[in-house]
Amino acid sequence: MAGVTSINLVEHALLVSIQDDITDTEILELQDRLSTKISENRIDGVILDISALEIVDTFVGRVIAQLAGISRLLAADTYVVGMRPTVAVTLVELGMYLPEIRTALSLTHALAQLRRV
Amino acid sequence: MPQSATANILTVLDTDFKGIIEEWLGRQVKEGVKRSDLFSDAESRNQNRELLKAFSKGVRDGVTGEDFDFDDNQWDDLRAVLADVSRERVNRGVTPTEMATFVLALKTPLFKRLESLQDVDQGVLIRDVMLVTRLVDAFAIYTNEIFIVEREQIIDRQRQEMLELSTPVVELWDRVLTLPLIGTLDSARAQEVMENLLQTILERQAEVVIMDITGVGTVDTQVAQHLLRAAAAVRLMGAECIISGISPMIAQTMVQLGIDVGTVSTRSSIRTALSDALLTVGYVIKKTEDQ
Repeated sequence: MAGVTSINLVEHALLVSIQDDITDTEILELQDRLSTKISENRIDGVILDISALEIVDTFVGRVIAQLAGISRLLAADTYVVGMRPTVAVTLVELGMYLPEIRTALSLTHALAQLRRV
Repeated sequence: MPQSATANILTVLDTDFKGIIEEWLGRQVKEGVKRSDLFSDAESRNQNRELLKAFSKGVRDGVTGEDFDFDDNQWDDLRAVLADVSRERVNRGVTPTEMATFVLALKTPLFKRLESLQDVDQGVLIRDVMLVTRLVDAFAIYTNEIFIVEREQIIDRQRQEMLELSTPVVELWDRVLTLPLIGTLDSARAQEVMENLLQTILERQAEVVIMDITGVGTVDTQVAQHLLRAAAAVRLMGAECIISGISPMIAQTMVQLGIDVGTVSTRSSIRTALSDALLTVGYVIKKTEDQ
């Protein structure tokens, strides 16, 4: 089922909430929609909310990094927010330290960071 | 007259139950394992009575031919009483040897009474003695097993408590946490520390975490890897991680080992780490007046 993942405009940033039951095809489709939206609306901030995500594998980890990479290439500051402790531990155990992405504790923190710029 | 193997033993147990208990106690005193310092006379007598009662019940129902299996249902009572008594004794500090001798002391009174039975021929007596020996030995072995299990449980519980005690996450200031690491950091502990830390970050919405390794004796590649993994997980959750308390000695070792801390910030003392952390969350420490 496409379109489960919502992309909303919050202040001047795009908020992307990734659901736990997201499928691989949906993620790829999300990359598409997100990049179009960023360039069309001249967005300068993107927040990837993954607080609903309970299970990650290397694919999801890589996609998160890619989503962040795409947004950054399109000149939007990107934050990954709300990562659960178990998800963080899993990613580290998988060796995915994701040094290129920026993280924040919550949506509020990310918005505060974005406003500061 | 064909007789069951346990008939004589049961007769002995039934006719002089009280006497056996008293003599058993007497033997324990002689062997020096009664521990009157830990148990009152009444307590000891009570324990012995319960044990012997369960023992004779087991002998009555649990022995077929000359075979028995302590795991059978018929021995349930004895096992339950034994578990209680052992637990009680472990808690009061009785040694395994004392515990085994305590049970083995039951042999003598039983042998004596079997010997003094009327009209028993030599062969039957030997058979009875052998059966009693096997029963009491099994009894003693089982006691020791329970004893060890009890001890292990105590050790397990203490290890668990130590793990929890040794990894406290302390809130230094609003949104600033510190994790004073002390001792050695093995994989199990590192895992525990990391989970505990991440959970606290979530609960307190902490923005900066100071991992202080002043109390960590040596940092080898493995310890460093644990630290860096924890730091990476902290960063993934959206908080900043500072490793503090890196002594000159540790700094040298880390460089010699070629450990790359990457983007994780490191400080020599928790003091500088704290002022950095406070700055990050928007505080400064100021003197109240010029002095």
